[in-house]
Amino acid sequence: MRSTPVTGLRVTGLCAALLCAPLALSAPPVHAQQAAPKGPQPAATPAPAVDSSPEEDVVGTINNDAAIAIPVFPTDEMLPTAAEGGNTEALGRNLARVIFGDLKNNGLFRPVGPDALPRIAYGEVTAPTFPNWRARSAEMLVQGFVRAAPDGRLTVGCYLYDVALGSELARQGYVVKPEEWRRAAHKCADMVYARLSGESPFFDSKIAYIAETGPKGNRRKQLAIMDSDGANHRFITNGQSTALTPRYSPDYSKIAYLSFLNGTPRIYVYDIGTGQQRLVTEGKGPTFAPRWSPDGKYILYSMAIAGNTDIYRVPATGGDSVKLTDSPGIDVGGSYSPDGQRIVFESDRSGSQQVYVMNADGTNQKRISFFGGRAATPEWSPRGDQIAFTHIAGNLRIAVMNPSGGDMRYLTDSWQDEAPTWSPNGRIVQFFRTAKTTGKTSIWQVDLTGRNERRLNTPVDASDPAWGPVLP
Amino acid sequence: MTKETVSVNRKITTALLLSAGLALAGCAGTVPKEKDLPPQPSGVTTSTTTINPPPVGQPAGPAPGTRADFMASVLADTILFDTDRYNIDSEDQGILQSQAQWLARYPAARVTIEGHCDERGTRDYNLALGERRANAVKNYLVSLGVDAARITTVSYGKERPVALGSDEASWAKNRRAVTITVQ
Repeated sequence: MRSTPVTGLRVTGLCAALLCAPLALSAPPVHAQQAAPKGPQPAATPAPAVDSSPEEDVVGTINNDAAIAIPVFPTDEMLPTAAEGGNTEALGRNLARVIFGDLKNNGLFRPVGPDALPRIAYGEVTAPTFPNWRARSAEMLVQGFVRAAPDGRLTVGCYLYDVALGSELARQGYVVKPEEWRRAAHKCADMVYARLSGESPFFDSKIAYIAETGPKGNRRKQLAIMDSDGANHRFITNGQSTALTPRYSPDYSKIAYLSFLNGTPRIYVYDIGTGQQRLVTEGKGPTFAPRWSPDGKYILYSMAIAGNTDIYRVPATGGDSVKLTDSPGIDVGGSYSPDGQRIVFESDRSGSQQVYVMNADGTNQKRISFFGGRAATPEWSPRGDQIAFTHIAGNLRIAVMNPSGGDMRYLTDSWQDEAPTWSPNGRIVQFFRTAKTTGKTSIWQVDLTGRNERRLNTPVDASDPAWGPVLP
Repeated sequence: MTKETVSVNRKITTALLLSAGLALAGCAGTVPKEKDLPPQPSGVTTSTTTINPPPVGQPAGPAPGTRADFMASVLADTILFDTDRYNIDSEDQGILQSQAQWLARYPAARVTIEGHCDERGTRDYNLALGERRANAVKNYLVSLGVDAARITTVSYGKERPVALGSDEASWAKNRRAVTITVQ
């Protein structure tokens, strides 16, 4: 049965309004249905015969995985573009590939990408040939288009359809500079993910990490950044000085990280725009374990004075530090709750590394980890309901618990996994894994079930991953 | 670099022991336990020809006050720690006393104490623990009369292992504090 889209969502034009009101990705994406499409559109174009050779048909539903078809995004006119592919037609395939890559990596969906699907006509974007997709057992359909404006900017439309219902579920449009074409694909994947999972989006985000090369006894460690899918990789430091533990500021304008630049470990705040950096504090002791407050106004750091390490807070713009802990043990790390009211941190004041929670002003410090072994590097989920940490009992493993220390469970089981950080939506934990003997490191992601674990592709070995928020 | 430092130091210590005429029969092939030996009398340098024979015409031994002299004069430049510990035990005290004696002889000399950890800990904690170990050494040297202003500390956490295996023997070697002379 073929049904026409629900009237309120019906597409009569191909996002014509998007061109009338182009939006840059620095602004929230305009939902096309909020603007009145106009002008004649090729919605009535007959659909081309769909390639019926079942090279790689969509597989039926397995468990709750939704089968999602993502054909090439057609273009109205093949024009040259500076984006990957060289022209809008090739770019349309690359866009669909990026969306496919995003959606296949989180265990929720069973996407089928553009290289295994027939092409669609431009006019089909807003008028899908649902029977053909049903024949392929697709449950969901992501279609879109790409167009190049004379100034080089690209308009990308993204539509999500429920194939069984034959109806549109969501649509968005993005206007991007050619070099930002991948962001349009990530935004589209985010729209699909959010609409189908009910979770907040996270693909359009970046990761800061430490790129590692060289033998175990002489590792070169460079600060590096990349998109959430590993693309747009870039080294920030040249590796002359060991760099460690980077953290993106919530607005992505800065990275706080540790460097042995002048011989001792100190935290620097690196400004991505200017390429300048400064010390997080002029305090005399070595500083490490930088963490941003959720609003970006403060940085937590740990400083050792005469061998005793405590946690301090300093305004992100510089200024006087406030000492938050005062135990004779090592107090280190620290991660704000999403509302900024509390801080979870690590201390060995009891004799071994354990996890504690305190108010943001340092009062009311309480241990919450009581399950044996050592508990280190706690990180509060952006959703507030979980704390990820490294559990040490022989091997180092990633685990989560609730903010009271209950419901502890492991997410990984390997020789050495450490330093969990969260995806912006709090559904995925990212960490790094060290191989026994070789010391080789790699970044991994695991979902909260612990079942869907995958290694991130990085150009070289990688450690200390830190996810930033979803880009605006 | 630290790796060479340790092994060189071991050789030189061996040479010292031989030259001092200590009973080492049967010790061939094993590294003498430096910690069991009394501190070297001051002024002793490696004058034997067991290793690194000095070129003819050159004065024997390293120049006084240099890093080579330090390495030749002390029992060891490195002390080791148990897992997560930073206490200075009696064996460590012998080593650090020999370092303090050398520092007393060369009042202008300065040292940096490096604190290190094994790989089986989290990165941030190991930086803090390395700092604690380095400071434990510093505090002990100060207690022996070395001016605190002559001693700096730096923690490398688990970033600079000298033993590269993933086993107890390697980890034991990496949990260390190393005294480096600064010229």
